[in-house]
Amino acid sequence: MKRKHRRLSFVALALLALGAAVALVMAAFEENIVFFFSPTEMGQKEVDPTQRLRLGGLVEEGSITKAADGVTVQFVVTDTVNTIPVEFRGILPDLFREGQGVVCEGRLINGVFKADEVLAKHDENYMPPEVAQALKDAEHWKEKMQDSKAE
Amino acid sequence: MKRIDRFANPNKFMKLAKAITPWAAWSTVGFLAAGLYLGLFDSPADYQQGETVRMMYVHVPSAWMAMFCYVGVAVSSAVGLIWKHPLADLAAKATSPVGAAFCFLALLTGSLWGKPMWGTWWVWDARLTSMLILLFLYLGHMALLNAFDDQTRAMRAASILALVGVINIPIIKWSVDWWNTLHQPASVVKMDGPAIHPDMLWPLLLMAIGFTTFYIWVALLRIRQEIIANKIRAIRLRQVNG
Repeated sequence: MKRKHRRLSFVALALLALGAAVALVMAAFEENIVFFFSPTEMGQKEVDPTQRLRLGGLVEEGSITKAADGVTVQFVVTDTVNTIPVEFRGILPDLFREGQGVVCEGRLINGVFKADEVLAKHDENYMPPEVAQALKDAEHWKEKMQDSKAE
Repeated sequence: MKRIDRFANPNKFMKLAKAITPWAAWSTVGFLAAGLYLGLFDSPADYQQGETVRMMYVHVPSAWMAMFCYVGVAVSSAVGLIWKHPLADLAAKATSPVGAAFCFLALLTGSLWGKPMWGTWWVWDARLTSMLILLFLYLGHMALLNAFDDQTRAMRAASILALVGVINIPIIKWSVDWWNTLHQPASVVKMDGPAIHPDMLWPLLLMAIGFTTFYIWVALLRIRQEIIANKIRAIRLRQVNG
């Protein structure tokens, strides 16, 4: 074996071993690397009410209500399987709306998530408003067609 | 291999680099002008993010180039370590500050974009954290290059760091798929094609090409400068000794 071949195999082997080690570490720390838990995951966990957690999901359609004091907002976060009600006092991000992704940071107390921070999460789709509207109309149109077929 | 080796000869490389530099410079000006005009003035606002989406035309190419340059540093380092090509060492040395600048720009524009959209300047999710680690890897590489009096030892230490750090590149790329993050998943480089409307994708691609030619321009200038500096050093030594 020539010296440069020996160096090549050494570098390749070292990188392989390092990659394996990093993969194992990341698998072991999965719980700590994820940024938030879904309502389903949150339901399966033993949650201590003093522990700060992040809850992520979609704001359920029609679930946003403002409390009588005018600053407390209540809404429901869903992962389409399970839901958790959220209570938040503060300023919501501009992107916050029904059907939008959110990540709430706070504590889960007696089944209600008391958030002290709400962040908006958006998806990977980018398009002009007209296209979004056209897609929405097409969706409605498809539903209508299916409804009329069902009748 | 023989034909590539020809350009590993510094004199031949100098000739080629000199010929390419003006082309790279003018393409940079052209592509960035076209990309910025389309991106800032002649592309639609986003249905969700509104005008804020224009941050993408700088943020995304910066992040791509930060990763691309790092792969460049790692490959050059491997070639330098294994085949001992002096030009590979110079390429690694010339690339890392440029990559670090792109990485910083990606983090900065991301933060400025995150505040209005997500509602926060920074979070410790997997994508943002791995990108910050990339910046530290660049800074570490640059620091190691300057930490030794002996150039070959400095190069060796920096090359090993660059190779170890290359593990971070797939982590950055797939962080948004492996774990849940606040950062969105990939919009352009994904299995089922881009999720960006063509009117927004075009300026983004023009900017990406402009960023790439900018890198080629600056890297060639830096390598040429380095070769000339080495020559001057050699001449001085000869004068002192002779």
